Amino acid sequence: MIWFVAALLGMAAIAWVFRFAGQTVTGNAPRFRDMPYGVAYGYVLGTVVVLWLAWAYMQGLSEDTAIANKFFFLRIAIEGFIIFAIAAWLFRILGRTIGTAWSRKMFRSMPLTASFGILTILIYAILAIFAPAFAPYGQEQIIPGVAANIVPGGDVALGGNPDFPLGTDQIGRDIMSRLIYGAQNTVGIAFATTLLAFLLGGTFGFLAATLGGWLDQILSRLVDVLMAIPSLIFALLLMTIASVWAPQLGIPLTVFMVLIIAVIDSTRVFRLARAVGQNIVVMDYIEAAKLRGEGLGYLVFKEILPNATAPLLAEFGLRFCFVFLTIAALSFLGVGIQPPLADWGTMVRDLGGFVNYAQFAPLAATAPLLAAGAIALLTVAVNFVVDWMLHKSSGLKE
Amino acid sequence: MGNVLTIILQRLALGALTLLIVSIVIFVAVNLLPGDFAQNILGQGATPEAVDSIRRDLGLDQPPVTRYFDWLGGVLQGDLGTSFAQANFASFTGTDSGATTVAAQIAPRFANTMFLAMVTAIIAVPLSITLGVLAALYRNSVFDRAANITTLSSISSPEFFLAYILILFLAVLNPILPSLSNIYEGMAFSERLQKSLLPALTLTLVVTAHMMRMTRAAIINLLASPYIEMARLKGLSPMRVIVKHALPNALAPIINVIALNLAYLITGVVVVEVVFVYPGIGQLFVDSVKIRDIPVVQACCLIFATAYILLNLTADIMSILSNPRLRHPK
Repeated sequence: MIWFVAALLGMAAIAWVFRFAGQTVTGNAPRFRDMPYGVAYGYVLGTVVVLWLAWAYMQGLSEDTAIANKFFFLRIAIEGFIIFAIAAWLFRILGRTIGTAWSRKMFRSMPLTASFGILTILIYAILAIFAPAFAPYGQEQIIPGVAANIVPGGDVALGGNPDFPLGTDQIGRDIMSRLIYGAQNTVGIAFATTLLAFLLGGTFGFLAATLGGWLDQILSRLVDVLMAIPSLIFALLLMTIASVWAPQLGIPLTVFMVLIIAVIDSTRVFRLARAVGQNIVVMDYIEAAKLRGEGLGYLVFKEILPNATAPLLAEFGLRFCFVFLTIAALSFLGVGIQPPLADWGTMVRDLGGFVNYAQFAPLAATAPLLAAGAIALLTVAVNFVVDWMLHKSSGLKE
Repeated sequence: MGNVLTIILQRLALGALTLLIVSIVIFVAVNLLPGDFAQNILGQGATPEAVDSIRRDLGLDQPPVTRYFDWLGGVLQGDLGTSFAQANFASFTGTDSGATTVAAQIAPRFANTMFLAMVTAIIAVPLSITLGVLAALYRNSVFDRAANITTLSSISSPEFFLAYILILFLAVLNPILPSLSNIYEGMAFSERLQKSLLPALTLTLVVTAHMMRMTRAAIINLLASPYIEMARLKGLSPMRVIVKHALPNALAPIINVIALNLAYLITGVVVVEVVFVYPGIGQLFVDSVKIRDIPVVQACCLIFATAYILLNLTADIMSILSNPRLRHPK
C-alpha cells in the first residue's frame, strides 16, 4: 500500500519533469507548452502500466515455475487480449472487402470493439448450433473406463489425464464437452427466455399504447408493482415456489425458470414498448389506418411494429444480457438450469474450488474461470454491439 | 417550499402504497405453495388431528385475508414468524427462548450485509465520481476509451466472474486478503474490515462502472450549455470548469444514479455473499430458498424489497431537493 502511494507520487514527479523537459528540449513547442499537468501525468501513468504489463508478461515466460505460475493468468490475459484484437481487426477488414454494399458500408464505420462483438457472437452461435460436432463426448455421457474427478489441467502428477484437458466431473463426464454443450444450453435457454419476454412485453406494451384507457392503467400499475421488487430476489422467491410445484406437476424446473424470468423481464420490455408505441400511435399514418377501418392486429403488427424495430432491437440485446446473467446467477446459486443439462453457471459453482490451486497448478484453475469467462465474454460482446448500435442510431458525436 | 413538501409527501405516500402492494404480492406468491406450513412441518406421516392442531395454533385455519393482516401486523412489530428449518414444537407452544424466530436469525446477518454495503459505498462513490469527472475532462482520449471499455466489460460480467478473478489475483496468487469472509460477532473492526474487503471490492467493481458512466454522461450533457461556454471564454481551466461549474448542476442525476446503484447492491450482494461465504442476509436467503424455508424466504424478500423501494424513494426525493427550480418556485 505504501509502495503503491509512493509509486503514484514518484510518477507525479516524473510527469512534471517530463513536461518540463519537453518544454525545454522542443523550445516551448505548443504541444508541450499547452499540455495540462493531468495529461502529462496520464502519459507517464500509461507508460508505466504498459511497461509493467510487458514485465509481467516476461515473468510469465520465466523458467522458474513458481514465478511463471504466478504470472500465468496475466500472460494468458495479455495474449488473449492481443489475439482477440487482431482477430477483430482482421474480421473488420474481411467485412470491408466482401459482402453486399450495405454490409461493407456498415463495417467501414465500425469501431474495433463492435467488430470484436460481432465476431464473438458469431463464434458462440456456431459453437451452440454445432455443439455435438465440436464436443468429443456427449454432455450426459459417462465415459466407460475413465475415472471420475480427474483434475483439470491434464497434469498426471496432480491427478489429471492429458486425454481430458479439463478433467471429468464427480460422475465421470468430460468437462470440456460439457463446456461446449453449455453454449447450447445456457445461451439457447437465455435466448428463448428473451424471445418469450419480448413476445409478452411487446404485445401487451403495444396493446396498452394502442387501446389506452383502463387496460393501459391496469397493465401499467401491475408492471409498476412487479418492478418494485428486485428482479433477482423475486425470481428466487418464485423459483422456491416452483421447485415445490415442479415435481408434483411433472414439469421440469427449467421450464418454470424460463417462464418466471420471461415474465419478470417482460415488465421492462412492456415499459419500452408502451413508450415507443405511444409515440407512434399519434402519427398521421396510424390515424389514416384507423379511418380505413383496419383492425387492431393490423395496427399493431403492420403499422406500429415495423416502426418500433430499431429501439426494440437494441433493447433485445441488452435484455438478452440481463436474462443471460440472471440465469447464470440462478444456476450459480443452484436453483437455475438443472442437471443433467450442462450449464456454465452450475459449472462455475462446482469447479470454483480449483481456483485455490492456481499457485502451483495454474491449468487446474482455468476450468472454472473458462466457464465464468465464457459467460462474461458473450455479454461483453453483446454489450459492445449494442453500444455501437445505440451510438450510431442516436447520431451522438459529442 | 410548500410545493416541494407536497411533492415529497406524495412520493412518500406512493412509496408506502408500493410497499403495501409488494407485501401482498409476496404473501400471495407464498400462498401459491401446495400444502401448508403444518403439513410441511409434520411430513407425510402426519395424522390429520396433529395437522389440525398446529393449524389452529398458528391460525392457518383462518381465511387468507385475516392471515395476511396478522402477518403484516406481526411484521410491523418486528415479528417475522418462525423458521421452518429451526422449527420445533417448543417454538409453537411459546416455551422456547426465541432463537428460532426469523427475526432473531435475520438481525445479525442484516447488520453484516449493511456493513458490507457501507464499505462498498465508501470505496465506490468517491472513486466513481473522480473517474467520471476525469473521463469527462479527457473525453475521447485514450484514457476515456480505455475506461469505457473496462467499465462496459465489468458491467456486463457476472458478479461471480469478477469475484473469482479477484480471489485469483488478490487471495491466491498474491495472498493479501482472505478469500473467505468468516465474520463473527465480537470481531475487531480492522479484522472485520480486512475480511470483508474482497467482497466489497467485487461489489465496487460492479457498481463503480455504472456510476462512473452516468457521471461522465451527466457532465458531458451539461458541457454544451451556454454558461459553460461562458466559463470557458473567461479563460478558466477545463478542470475548474468541470468541477466548479458543471459538477454542481450534474449532482441531481449523479445522486440519482448513486441511490439506484446502492439499490442494485441489494441484489448484487446475494451472489457475492455466496461466493465469499459472507454471513449476510443474501447467503441466508439463498440457503432458505434451497431448503424451502418459506417464512425466511418471505421475510428476506420483504426486507430486500423494502430496501430497494426506500433507496429508489431517496433517489426521487434527493433529485427533487437538488433541483433549485423546485426548491425556489417563482
